[in-house]
Amino acid sequence: MKSAAQSLRELSRIKPWEPVLWLLAFASPQLLGSHALMINDIVIFALFAVSLDLILGYTGIVSLGHAAFFGMGAYAAALFAKLVHPDPLLGLLFAIAVATVLGAVCSFTIMRGTDLTRIMVTLGMALVLMELANKLDWLTGGSDGLQGVVMAPLFGRFEFGLSGITAAYYSLCVTLVLFVLVRRLVFSPFGATLMAVRDNRLRAMAIGIPVSARLAAVYTVSAAIAGAAGALLAQTTGFASLDVFEFHRSADVMLLLVIGGVGWLYGGVVGAIVFKIMHDILSSITPQYWTFWIGLFLVLLVLVGRERLIRPWTWMRRSKT
Amino acid sequence: MDLDAPEQDVSAGTSDPAPTVLAARGLTKSFGGITATDNVTLEIKRGARHALIGPNGAGKTTLVNLFTGVLEPTAGSILLQGTDISGLAPHERVRRGLVRTFQINQLFPSMTPLQTLAMVISQHEGLGARWWQALGIGRGLVQRCDVLLEQFHLADVMHQRTESLPYGKRRLLEIAIALACQPSVLLLDEPVAGVPAGEREELLQTVAALPQDVSVLLIEHDMDLVFSFATRVTVMVNGAILTEGDPQTIANDARVREVYLGTSTPSGMDDPSHG
Repeated sequence: MKSAAQSLRELSRIKPWEPVLWLLAFASPQLLGSHALMINDIVIFALFAVSLDLILGYTGIVSLGHAAFFGMGAYAAALFAKLVHPDPLLGLLFAIAVATVLGAVCSFTIMRGTDLTRIMVTLGMALVLMELANKLDWLTGGSDGLQGVVMAPLFGRFEFGLSGITAAYYSLCVTLVLFVLVRRLVFSPFGATLMAVRDNRLRAMAIGIPVSARLAAVYTVSAAIAGAAGALLAQTTGFASLDVFEFHRSADVMLLLVIGGVGWLYGGVVGAIVFKIMHDILSSITPQYWTFWIGLFLVLLVLVGRERLIRPWTWMRRSKT
Repeated sequence: MDLDAPEQDVSAGTSDPAPTVLAARGLTKSFGGITATDNVTLEIKRGARHALIGPNGAGKTTLVNLFTGVLEPTAGSILLQGTDISGLAPHERVRRGLVRTFQINQLFPSMTPLQTLAMVISQHEGLGARWWQALGIGRGLVQRCDVLLEQFHLADVMHQRTESLPYGKRRLLEIAIALACQPSVLLLDEPVAGVPAGEREELLQTVAALPQDVSVLLIEHDMDLVFSFATRVTVMVNGAILTEGDPQTIANDARVREVYLGTSTPSGMDDPSHG
């Protein structure tokens, strides 16, 4: 039998398929050059989903307003490029900082209450920010959005061209760095105490975990990463509009986690890939009714179960229980 | 009035071979018009095997919740190692060595016993906020997990998710988690409640083998366990302390028989040495 030390080491060990996935991801803009923009979209979407997984999967906080931080990051990056400096990395850092502050402030709103009240509070927060962006049109361009965001070349060398290849690599690199940090976090003692809070808040408190401080910390980190995803979107598309705060953003990212599964970080990645590719294929076949097929897929996924759906050979077997 | 509670100097206990580690002073808790804890003054000595008994609704659970900080007292104070901890948050009391177990298992279903104990020990070592290194790194952490897993007969199931463990094992993990916090005072809330006969012996042995330097307050209904384990017994009725003494005295106390056990005498009470 495995020893305790071995077993603990294996928890955080990198699985063989993980580098394969990332190598494929980094090869994809070269191999599928014409789809670089779509790849960029998928990567940003995946990073956004990872940020939600951090709070949904690892602490059990249900948020239907994660677009608040995504949108804040997008507007912060766009405004920074327009008003302060066009360098993408500086803009990214600024956007992350703004989203972090917003996350820290908002983390106080999710301490109390049940899941339902949290859903309402997070939802409300995104709506408030959207209306603010709408109202402050002298700054944000209001309902027209913030146009003409021009980015300087990355490191002064790589121009954000129309092909989207630079954009895709930029997003991939930022996502990889943040993903590695998040991965470390969830397998750390800190991550383990988060899971303890998720599994049993009462006992977590009774073994000395400062539950509120932990929740505030992870909510802030999650907000920062969502902000980074939003910044990537604004920087690579050169545009920020009210759409980044919309409810469908928060709902879509939840959808990705439903597809890919919560609590293992790659759920958001898998969800983003499956969702975007399905979206692309279905909407080219049937532009009007593609949501019907997405909906049908979701119903099937939930009724059959993810585990069984990806193992067709088990469909005919009777369940053991 | 709690002001009328007898003034006792904690340092006076130095002449006593076993100083007080946990004390309640005139502790009172009212919910609206109901007084769940009524002017309770109680002392737990170092290394004690102290049992708290009383009929249902006597206020034992409320007292535990007051000790651990889940509830705030209406009046009175709680001293841990001579320091007033009444104003501390629950997790701060744990850090100072006051740890409880639960009557109904409070575990972490998706984690294995090994993960659980590694997490608890890390947290207790002050590594709980470290996000940059993997769980299991730390001075002697794995060895301490191994010792606890062995001591609580959990070594054979340490890789299984807690939710799939048999009830007796989960009950053992419940106590192992508390002990991983290195308590100076352990509040054991009905440790054998609901454990099937086959798994009972293992649990009783483990409770009996708890480290001597840990002071234990046992809240229990099971008289066999109380009289085999405790060297001191406190009886609570209607939120107040009825009497306190060694098991022999308590077993022969007419008032205890009347209020706690009814007028009939259960077999376990006649012979305190039994079990």
